[in-house]
Amino acid sequence: MSADVELKNVWVRFGDFVAARDVDLHIGEGEFFTILGPSGCGKTTLLRAVSGFLEPSDGQVLIGGRDMAGIGPNRRPTALIFQNLALFPLMSVWENITFALEVRGVNRADRRKRATELLELIALPDQGDKMVGELSGGQRQRVAIARALAAEPDVLLLDEPLSALDLKLRQHMRSELRAIQQRVGITFIYITHDQGEALTMSDHIAVMREGVIEQVSDGTTLYDDPGSSFVASFVGENNYFRGTVVDTDVSYTTLDTPSGRFRGRTSKNQSLRKGDDAFVFIRPESIKFDSGLDNSLQARVRNQEFEGNFWQVFLDVEGENKGLKLSTVNDGRHHENISGDTVSVGFNADLAVVLPAGPLAAE
Amino acid sequence: MNWLRTFFRRNGTPLAIFLLCSVLFWMFMMIILPQLFMVDFSLRANVPPPQWGTDTHSYTLEHYKYIVYGSSTSTDQFNTLDMGVFLRTLVAAIFVTLIDLILCYPIAYYLAHVARGGWGRLMVLSLIVPFWINEILRAFSFKVLFGTTGIINNFLVGIGFLDQPYDFIRNDIALWAGLTYAYILLMIFPIYNSVESLDRNQIDAARDLGSPWWRIHWRVVIPHAKPGISSGCTMVFMLTAGALAAPSILGGPSSLWFTQIIYQGFNQASNWARGSAYAIILLLTCIVFVLVVMKVFKVRLGEIAR
Ligand SMILES: Nc1ncnc2c1ncn2[C@@H]1O[C@H](COP(=O)(O)OP(=O)(O)OP(=O)(O)O)[C@@H](O)[C@H]1O
Ligand SMILES: [Mg+2]
Repeated sequence: MSADVELKNVWVRFGDFVAARDVDLHIGEGEFFTILGPSGCGKTTLLRAVSGFLEPSDGQVLIGGRDMAGIGPNRRPTALIFQNLALFPLMSVWENITFALEVRGVNRADRRKRATELLELIALPDQGDKMVGELSGGQRQRVAIARALAAEPDVLLLDEPLSALDLKLRQHMRSELRAIQQRVGITFIYITHDQGEALTMSDHIAVMREGVIEQVSDGTTLYDDPGSSFVASFVGENNYFRGTVVDTDVSYTTLDTPSGRFRGRTSKNQSLRKGDDAFVFIRPESIKFDSGLDNSLQARVRNQEFEGNFWQVFLDVEGENKGLKLSTVNDGRHHENISGDTVSVGFNADLAVVLPAGPLAAE
Repeated sequence: MNWLRTFFRRNGTPLAIFLLCSVLFWMFMMIILPQLFMVDFSLRANVPPPQWGTDTHSYTLEHYKYIVYGSSTSTDQFNTLDMGVFLRTLVAAIFVTLIDLILCYPIAYYLAHVARGGWGRLMVLSLIVPFWINEILRAFSFKVLFGTTGIINNFLVGIGFLDQPYDFIRNDIALWAGLTYAYILLMIFPIYNSVESLDRNQIDAARDLGSPWWRIHWRVVIPHAKPGISSGCTMVFMLTAGALAAPSILGGPSSLWFTQIIYQGFNQASNWARGSAYAIILLLTCIVFVLVVMKVFKVRLGEIAR
């Protein structure tokens, strides 16, 4: 069973502080949906409102079309995987996994059987009799998933479950999670502040800032057509120039900035008028050592970093006190050290996007 | 001896020697030596102090036999009075411990996980402050509360619940209340400490998995708090069984506490030997009882000391 989740004008207030502001979301049945945002933006708060640990101050939460007002976490068709997992350290692995069945009065033999099946699913066969403390971080992670799945929820809620793992394991668990989701076919709502995680796993991503949902879309749209300056600066790396709109139409907008006049695509999601304060965003991989492109500028190379498949080149833009980052594929041509050189770089208007000036993600 | 070397290195030699000596002195002079004297006394004939150490002060088991068989001049075959008091004391101590546990677990849980900020601190303070008052004064205040003209009787008669004052003292209710209250902090704080260290998310996780509140306590909170519960129960049981002030002051005329018999042995009867023997019987029985109960509930000694 799987169910869709709908948040209708949800507000959460803690005294005067607003942790969620008029949140409207529709999460489709069987989707892998991610809520992405910096620390403290209200992600956990939103998840707690869905799981029932917190009643919204205003608005509605519907799961499978049913209004959840007044229904406690123990009676909602959701299961939550906690930020710190919260496994029961005094129970064995199999007792942890089948706790939800124990609650429902399933007898011991049937519980053991189900535990064996779930241990199979999470690729931990024969580990049921261990204590939780004897498992590695990644194994504990999987036990937490199995424990939640044993409750047979319609919606699984995951609160940054990978944040405690090291990088290698995190990358491995990403694909594992995605595979488990596809196998069990239920709705996953996944929370993270790691945009890499969000982009690799999700069907849809909601970007959140200070309690407000800024944009909901799939990963590629988020990356290529950010809906606000915050999304543009938070998702992936981005360079930007700030300036005044001198010319704009449905396709392209031109900005006057202290570093020169730049042209970029007009954002599909926002309207701009002549004279507006705006940003033009360019991805590091879209800037080239080429002066023949739509936009060009002079810059001094501060330093360069070798990353194997990529060179990261950090530039100081002339006329403006700001840095610019350029990534170029290592094709064997840029081996010489060019630190200190003045170079000409440029980018095409199609690969830059112009958005109204607004808040940026913290560096 | 590795720990000793680390101990010396960590504290520096002068401080380490001082700490070691004072701990050893404390253990030996304050705990072991007096107990050894008691054991010695209990195994010797009861003679007046001038004859101590002379031949008449010989070894004997008569004082231990006394609790079972009583005086040789009496007509009864067994000393039913002393044994009865002994058993009653132990059973009463068990009940007081259980009542304390039932009262204190919810309070400790409430303090640790429900009460927030100022309100919780106020509650802790109002639990502690009464204990700044001397134990004997506290016992007397219970006598005032529960007396035939006490506040409780006045109130119950005043609202018409009772026709005439109820004798709480003669019926041992004052004694039970006083004993329950006497060591309540020693139950609350160990439980509070262990419950408090439980990750709140575990409670939430159990709830999220559908668990009703009683099962959350049964499967998650109580197992986690078991060390605190055992150390609280051990302390309350030991101290209640050995209590003297509350039973002497609040006990009804017909109720005798085993410690009162010991007290009589040392004071009124001037029979130090029997007093020592009885005290050691009480001590050993309590220790054995606690160890057996710990075994049954699978608690290790190290956990209690935590
Ligand atoms: N019970 C509460 N009382 C008051 N403020 C709260 C409470 N819970 C959360 N907040 C506030 O709400 C905001 C959002 O908190 P939340 O835990 O949802 O953030 P988050 O996005 O999950 O952050 P992180 O990524 O660090 O986990 C924070 O500023 C936090 O201080
Ligand atoms: Mg959080």
